[in-house]
Amino acid sequence: MTTPRPAETGATAAAPTDWPLWEVFVRSRRGLSHTHAGSLHAPDAEMALRNARDLYTRRSEGISIWVVPSAQVTASSPDEKDAFFEPAGDKPYRHPTFYEIPDGVHHL
Amino acid sequence: MNITATPALPLGDDALILSHRLGEWAGHAPVLEEEVALANIALDLLGQARVLLSLAGDEDELAYLREERQFRNLQLVEQPNGDFAHTIARQLYFSTYQELLFDHLAATESELAPLAGKAVKEVAYHRDHAHQWTLRLGDGTDESHTRMQRALASLWQFTGELFEPVEGLETVPWSALHDDWTTRITTTLEQATLTVPEGPRHGAWRAGAGRQGLHTEPFGRLLAEMQHLHRSHPGATW
Repeated sequence: MTTPRPAETGATAAAPTDWPLWEVFVRSRRGLSHTHAGSLHAPDAEMALRNARDLYTRRSEGISIWVVPSAQVTASSPDEKDAFFEPAGDKPYRHPTFYEIPDGVHHL
Repeated sequence: MNITATPALPLGDDALILSHRLGEWAGHAPVLEEEVALANIALDLLGQARVLLSLAGDEDELAYLREERQFRNLQLVEQPNGDFAHTIARQLYFSTYQELLFDHLAATESELAPLAGKAVKEVAYHRDHAHQWTLRLGDGTDESHTRMQRALASLWQFTGELFEPVEGLETVPWSALHDDWTTRITTTLEQATLTVPEGPRHGAWRAGAGRQGLHTEPFGRLLAEMQHLHRSHPGATW
């Protein structure tokens, strides 16, 4: 190591930050909806957008980004899984499997 | 070694050396997200360096086999990373300069125009990244404010060189770019509750020294790290 590192120039060693967690949603193309891409830490929303740009859109994955504080997401509880989701399991008539999908319709 | 006389050489050296400095943060950045951001900027600069140095000769020979005095980069970009505030101050000074210069070159008939037109968008992001961090460090805690002000002051002596005319780019309106640079830096610093440093704009060596091949002490150590593998194992690949 031949160049001064932060620790040698007075900075304290990297400590865990208390930066909040953000959920990142990326829209890959016009016409598609934003899709959850992952999460990251950032001190505020503007920096979260920039971090998301660097982490999730470096390979042309997106044309638009949303960031949402993870703390603002209300999630269903695993304990409620049966009451929430199981009743739908035996109702095949709710699924759109009885329609012919016209040619040329994507993303349905 | 064949080296074509072209302004691509000094500009390519700026990009190469700053890229190497930023790469030194890998494994040391304060948080993972910031490490990726700095590496991303480093890779953008490395891409610019490859195009520019290829205009002057063989990119590998130029990067790995030149001696210190043959490098034409600004002294600013060779300065050590210091703490995070130093890295951000260096980036703010340099990216603001590079964005103004490339924006100008992109509209000329110069052989650098295609690269400049493409790179100016990358550089706008680098400048924004440094701008955002300058605001947060300057207008953050007492500690971050002090460190940011100290970093701006200690690098100020290397900013005089930015606007010394580069050989082969005499038609660039350097003094107008300098005025724009000063306005932009002043705006950012005032917004960040920081003050524009007042010290001399060049150090013991005259401003412009980096462009003439005169470098500061830390540069030799940077070159040793950057070049030793290639020099120890010529032609090594993986």
